[in-house]
Amino acid sequence: MSHPLATLAELRRALDRGEVSSLELVDAALARAEASARSLGLFLGLRSEAARDEAAAADARRARGALRSPLDGLPVAIKDNMLRQGEPTTCGSRILEGFVSPYTATAVAKLVEAGAIEIGRTNMDEFAMGSSTEHSTLGPARNPWHPERSTGGSSGGSAGAVAAGIVPGALGSDTGGSIRQPAGFCGVVGLKPTYGRVSRWGLVAFASSLDQIGVFARTAADAAWLFEAIAGHDPRDSTSLPEPSPRCSPDLDGDVSGLVLGLPREYLVEEGVDPRVLAAVRAAVSELEAAGAKLREVSLPHTRFAIASYYLIATAEASSNLARYDGVRYGHRAAGAQGLTDMYHRTRSEGFGAEVKRRILLGTYVLSAGYYDAYYRKAQQVRTLVRRDFEEAFRGCDAIVTPTSPEVAFPIGSRTEDPLRMYLSDVYTVSANLAGLPGVSIPCGFAHDLPVGLQLLGPPLEEARLLRLADAYQRRSDFHLQRPPEPA
Amino acid sequence: MAHISRDDVERVASLARLSLSEEEVARVRADLDRILEYVALLGQLDTSDVEPTSHVMPLETPLREDLPEAPMDPELALANAPEHDGYAFVVPKVIEDEDEG
Repeated sequence: MSHPLATLAELRRALDRGEVSSLELVDAALARAEASARSLGLFLGLRSEAARDEAAAADARRARGALRSPLDGLPVAIKDNMLRQGEPTTCGSRILEGFVSPYTATAVAKLVEAGAIEIGRTNMDEFAMGSSTEHSTLGPARNPWHPERSTGGSSGGSAGAVAAGIVPGALGSDTGGSIRQPAGFCGVVGLKPTYGRVSRWGLVAFASSLDQIGVFARTAADAAWLFEAIAGHDPRDSTSLPEPSPRCSPDLDGDVSGLVLGLPREYLVEEGVDPRVLAAVRAAVSELEAAGAKLREVSLPHTRFAIASYYLIATAEASSNLARYDGVRYGHRAAGAQGLTDMYHRTRSEGFGAEVKRRILLGTYVLSAGYYDAYYRKAQQVRTLVRRDFEEAFRGCDAIVTPTSPEVAFPIGSRTEDPLRMYLSDVYTVSANLAGLPGVSIPCGFAHDLPVGLQLLGPPLEEARLLRLADAYQRRSDFHLQRPPEPA
Repeated sequence: MAHISRDDVERVASLARLSLSEEEVARVRADLDRILEYVALLGQLDTSDVEPTSHVMPLETPLREDLPEAPMDPELALANAPEHDGYAFVVPKVIEDEDEG
């Protein structure tokens, strides 16, 4: 049996050589997910029977030489905010308990068409609102590196499932850092593509102008495979970009000579950053320089306004998107209501958790009469300034390097009483969502025995360049090969 | 600086169709106060000449062939409804007490 922390590429080779079957891989993944259910809480649901049937079908395809893609027969996990027809999607929320998806998200459909086998649904902050995967009906996801630490969030279940070696790849979504931050906290690769690269059809909406589906894997090369499989225009999502899915894999040749890395002076300051995190990031930058990249200081002067702009825009959009949960067409409906308005009130008050309510209320407030210009419009104007910062910076560099987060994984429960402090942990990630840019987090070391993430940001559509840099770094480092302790 | 009054919280909760307990009102009031105090830092920027960004990509309306597609099966669309009758979603009474006679 192959090593539990094997990569997609290694498992592909083992399948091709006949050393293992897809059914064995899926069985092993399910067994690891079940064994860690109590200790890590990474999955909201497993597709045990369906996944085994699909694995057997993949083995049959291989036997007759009819593989659908290099991903055929490989196990993956999917964040529980992407629909799959006939199966539950809860978004970690009570209000969607019992909901059965009437259609399939495009990103999920593309993975299924490629033959990848979804073993289950990963834990997340309710409706993807959070940075810790604590706000979920299941309770907190636990970091495989330390069970008292957060996985980060909101895609913490997907990040943790890859870090724990349950699956070699997973899908997540990133609205303000919800792929990159948990990837950093869990020591895996997390790619948030350019806004519009991956269809949002069937992704439960949080903040529509910021949401983007992306991937988790152990290596940049694996992330490229998954990304290529799910990207591309979708007629069902009019905000999806017209460009066909890019071929990134041929770019991963280890050569980064001549690429200019921008070091934003506002991000690499001691203030507010764990010095050991900063040290790991600086060492990684030196390694990329040794690989042939050039360094240049750049400036993103509006960085310190990004969080405020982000939380106003994201909550405004969320308050509008979550108006649909009204107990009429799907989801939870409260019993004993006196009339329609009372039913709405009771249903939503029972169905949403505290953080979702807080964000709906903030979003409703900033959109309400008399406050729209002062808050929402102002935030959108600042969003323009943040975008311009990046346009200016990318005139002088090919990619921007930052820490993914100012800290390592924080203790579970340490931020839930202080929402503002939780929001501030997204300081390095939200700007890419405001500007619609691609970003990747890769493991670049350890601080306090916990993983540190390095973030690379690129101009629109330059995912291949980011993955080239990430891959070149991984060829020269072994942080992505380190294993978390076995769960107790 | 207190931005948010009790009445504000209740007004916004009503707009958002949420009912809050006494404890929740106090908590939300404190949280929103702190968050709004933080976002007030945007006021330091003069944005009078800055166009707002509502969407990062230039939005052109893509056109496609006007071909009929099978719509979602109504049974499937209704399958998640807490209550339905034929092809209709059933909701509690909208107009109170006036439809008796």
